[in-house]
Amino acid sequence: MRKKEVALKGIITVLMAVVGILFLLPFAWMLSASFKLEGEVFTYPIQWIPSEWIGFRNYEEVWFGKHPFYKYYWNSIKVSVATTILSCTVSALAAYGFSKINFKASKWLFFIVLATFMVPQQAILVPQFILYRMIGLFDSHLGLILLNGFSVLGTFMLRQFFMGLPNDYIESAKIDGAGHFRIFAKIALPLITPAVATYAILRFIWTWNDYQNPFIFLRTDALYPIQLAMQKFTSINGEFYSLIMAAAVSAIVPLLILFVIGQKRVLEGIALGGIKG
Amino acid sequence: MDNSQQVKVKRRRSSMQTKETIAGFIFVTPMLLGVSCMVLLPILAAFYISFTEWNMISGIKGIKWIGIDNFERLVEDKKFIRALKNNFLFLFTVPAYMIISLFLAIIINRYVYAKSWFKVIYFLPYISSVVAVATVWRVLFHPSVGPVNQFLMTLGIDDPPKWIADPQYALISVMMISVWISIGFNMIVYLAGLQSIPKDLYEAAEIDGAGGWYRLTRITIPLLSPTTFFLLITGIIYTFKVFDLIAVLTQGGPAGSTNVMVWSIYESAFVSLEVGYASSMALVLFGCILLITIIQWIGQKKWVNY
Repeated sequence: MRKKEVALKGIITVLMAVVGILFLLPFAWMLSASFKLEGEVFTYPIQWIPSEWIGFRNYEEVWFGKHPFYKYYWNSIKVSVATTILSCTVSALAAYGFSKINFKASKWLFFIVLATFMVPQQAILVPQFILYRMIGLFDSHLGLILLNGFSVLGTFMLRQFFMGLPNDYIESAKIDGAGHFRIFAKIALPLITPAVATYAILRFIWTWNDYQNPFIFLRTDALYPIQLAMQKFTSINGEFYSLIMAAAVSAIVPLLILFVIGQKRVLEGIALGGIKG
Repeated sequence: MDNSQQVKVKRRRSSMQTKETIAGFIFVTPMLLGVSCMVLLPILAAFYISFTEWNMISGIKGIKWIGIDNFERLVEDKKFIRALKNNFLFLFTVPAYMIISLFLAIIINRYVYAKSWFKVIYFLPYISSVVAVATVWRVLFHPSVGPVNQFLMTLGIDDPPKWIADPQYALISVMMISVWISIGFNMIVYLAGLQSIPKDLYEAAEIDGAGGWYRLTRITIPLLSPTTFFLLITGIIYTFKVFDLIAVLTQGGPAGSTNVMVWSIYESAFVSLEVGYASSMALVLFGCILLITIIQWIGQKKWVNY
């Protein structure tokens, strides 16, 4: 019986691996095409391993050619890091305020914040755009950072964790004469660092992958993050599929690395009910 | 305790409370300010603008109040109704990827070695940028030289569909890609749900001689209902917001076959510069999502077995 079970599990694992490989074929094709000469991209039957090794020539063109990707990378890094820091700070402060400070208005203020979660950003793009034009945030990184910097989701998530901290810690610190800022910075925040890290990784990924906001709120080419650059690159190089695939690989790889490093956190965060947004 | 002491304690208490309130406001103010400027103000503005005619270029002075004209036009706008219809068709992706994800999650949870590898594999499309992934699919779906059609032709299908270039197949192609992207997220949430089901329930069922099918339909699926409900609601809301995929893959075409609400909003606001009209569409979108959220509130109590 036991042996049979082991064998069955083995067979299913192999079957599932085959399904998994089929599932990832688009990625495999992308990777393989990115190392091919343009003329060989569409040869059929598909040559998964390029017949002629051209090294990283496509990547060189993408990264240091006419529209150098490293510039757009830098933009993406700048915007994503700043957004993540802002969002984590604002959310952690608010989460602490809504869970560990006892004041009357707290309840309905939190309700207001939660209510805004129902408003899809797509429904307010137009007024946001107009507002940005009026106050001069349009076509700037700062504007982009502010758009994603105030996350209800982050506040809600971190609040759950703050609520899990026993109040005794805070009360005893108060008796010792510590104010809320000291308690927040020295006691409460360090205790929920794992939760903040999870949220930070998710926020970074979402910002890095964001296409809609840069698409609408940026015009100047020099400010483009990687997603817009990718789109522009595709329309310029229309028929150069090997280059486009090299660009696609370049757009995905940093996140892949981040995901592999923070895998446990990301999956946990998602499982906790991390809703995209 | 004499009177003066009592007053002192009271005073101290109230001064403590004031201090707490001040601290509270300081902590939540950045978030409140952000949310007010970025969400509350814009949604109020959207309500107002939707009753006006405005092209943005003419400045604030150019705003013209036209009452409910925009909404009347909306009801008869074939293009927008098509977009709305496409949004509803898009809903079918939700049960599709939920069933696939549940199936995968059950298998991965119990019947395979190297679980974490499988998690990563199915999660990859979700973690990758939509732009990159959509670009890859556009090439794969290329009507004449794309690998998908070349493969179909070797199978003997002489006239394979043109996928995203074919008005008949474009929407379904985009939907398939959306399913492929969404499986990972749903599977991870389902896996977490499966792990929270107590093992002794299965053991008890096994002792009673219950078969696999019985265990699935009487234990697994009912106990997963909160997870299923959560995924269903977030999935539906997500389909109403779909934009990136459409923008990169088809831009609403060919012939409006993949036009969805958010794309319509984008086109009317930023291409034809009909800001008032776009805002009325935005309100319809907001209404849809509000409705789903209300259903969620009511439904959570009624349909979910905890």
